[in-house]
Amino acid sequence: MVEVKNLVKRYGDKLAVNNVSFTVNEGEILGFLGPNGAGKSTTMNIITGYLSSTSGTVTIDGCEILDDPKGAKSKIGYLPEFPPLYQDMTVKRYLEFVYDLKKVTLPRQEHLAEVAKVTKIADVYDRVIKNLSKGYKQRVGLAQALIGNPPVIILDEPSVGLDPKQIIEMRNLIRGLGKKHTVILSSHVLSEIQAVCDRIVVINNGQLVADETTDTITTSVKGMKRLQLHIYGNENDILSALRTVDGVSRARKVMRTTDGCNEYIVESKDDKDVRRAVFNAMAKINCPIVMMRNAELSLEDAFLKITNGDPVNSRRGGRK
Amino acid sequence: MSAIYKRELNAYFTSPIAYVVYAVAALFGGMFFMGCVLIADTTDMTYVFLNMTSVVIILIPVLTMRLFSEEKNKKTEQGLLTAPVNLFQIVMGKFLAAVTVYAIMMVLFIIYGIIINAFFVTPSWITILSNILGLLLFGMALISIGTFVSSLTESQIVAAIISIGAGLLISYLDTLASSIGVEFIQTILSAISFTTPYQNFAVGIIKLSDIVFFLSVPVLFNFLTVRVLERRRWN
Repeated sequence: MVEVKNLVKRYGDKLAVNNVSFTVNEGEILGFLGPNGAGKSTTMNIITGYLSSTSGTVTIDGCEILDDPKGAKSKIGYLPEFPPLYQDMTVKRYLEFVYDLKKVTLPRQEHLAEVAKVTKIADVYDRVIKNLSKGYKQRVGLAQALIGNPPVIILDEPSVGLDPKQIIEMRNLIRGLGKKHTVILSSHVLSEIQAVCDRIVVINNGQLVADETTDTITTSVKGMKRLQLHIYGNENDILSALRTVDGVSRARKVMRTTDGCNEYIVESKDDKDVRRAVFNAMAKINCPIVMMRNAELSLEDAFLKITNGDPVNSRRGGRK
Repeated sequence: MSAIYKRELNAYFTSPIAYVVYAVAALFGGMFFMGCVLIADTTDMTYVFLNMTSVVIILIPVLTMRLFSEEKNKKTEQGLLTAPVNLFQIVMGKFLAAVTVYAIMMVLFIIYGIIINAFFVTPSWITILSNILGLLLFGMALISIGTFVSSLTESQIVAAIISIGAGLLISYLDTLASSIGVEFIQTILSAISFTTPYQNFAVGIIKLSDIVFFLSVPVLFNFLTVRVLERRRWN
């Protein structure tokens, strides 16, 4: 549905996007993940035709964005990082404007009412946009993208500025969209992507560092276990004792806690349970453990590992 | 294009901009009408129009300053530029909306004509209409320049000031030309000066060459505006 090939974007000397290629299949929800400044928005702006690439091609459902910009743009609904809302218009007027702008041929009132219903903005339909809360503005922005029922929906950080309840609503909404549309979603909120997307593309410093299904990415870093500990006692003694425990691959101090002990993170290989050995080692040097728990490796960790250049143990990951 | 045209027109009339512009135009128009027609005891409105050109030079940048700089500043241009419309349609929609607001202002002078007609004698309607046409074409040229300037900057104030400067510069081109000794430059400056073609309209002569001259300015500057928007995509 969306095919991005060897995309390069240069701002003067700075290479913002460096040879990025990926494809999105019909009906797929693709997560676009990367730290701030990684090139996510630039890539999305190129896909939607707002910016032009220095080289490389973008094809939307068979329409090349440079050769047939009208055809390609009419197949995309785009919610940019800052929703393009005219502050002085009412929601109704604004959506009607977008409807006219996109030259939609669906029945006007029914279609607008349906979009308003899906995005839950019907109750603010007659209010002026500048008086709306951030959450509503974001939803009006989403409504704007949905007008005309484009087959491809591109959302740039759609849940920024929303409260937790709204984030969950937005997530459900996006999941619902995925049934009828192809969705590309960018975020640095990883849990969001993990919850919604079928596939994840990770980008860092303008380069594609991973292109995996969500499951693969999460399991690829699961070959490791992490233990979080609060221990009283001399820091150096504790660290050297921890490092001698069989199965521990890394041990480090994280910070000093408020109750006067230190927090440590212990990493161990495989599925080996080191908790008992750690307890015994600490008992031997008379350093009481006051807290111990398994720290789950999340997508956050996977993301940090990938973007720091650590290879990910998987089929295609770790590309540099 | 019609969607953008309608939205811009709406924006002019839902904000105070159009009304303020009309009020100021009516104030100065009335003053000039009083001084050049009623007190001077004549039916010739030519001087009303000639004086109005300097007011228009200030008022038009107020109409055009927001056209593109506001879109850029408020990040709404992303919506326009990713919609299935081409840049030419965007520019024309905005340009024509400003021209419409400006053209409505011309009703003022028809009212003055009617006043002369009703209370005194029948004025030379041809001269009035040719003056209106001249002022309209002059305004269209300034609107296209203002639109172009607005596409260059994110700040409405900067856009307004540069547009006013450009308008004043155009009106002083003849003075400038006569003060420069080099004949070659003089010829160029007086060729692009608005004064000579405008004076024909002022005395009631409507010539195709003058109309073409004035219309060539919007053609050039709207084209340049499209290029500016186009260029922004590439850097």
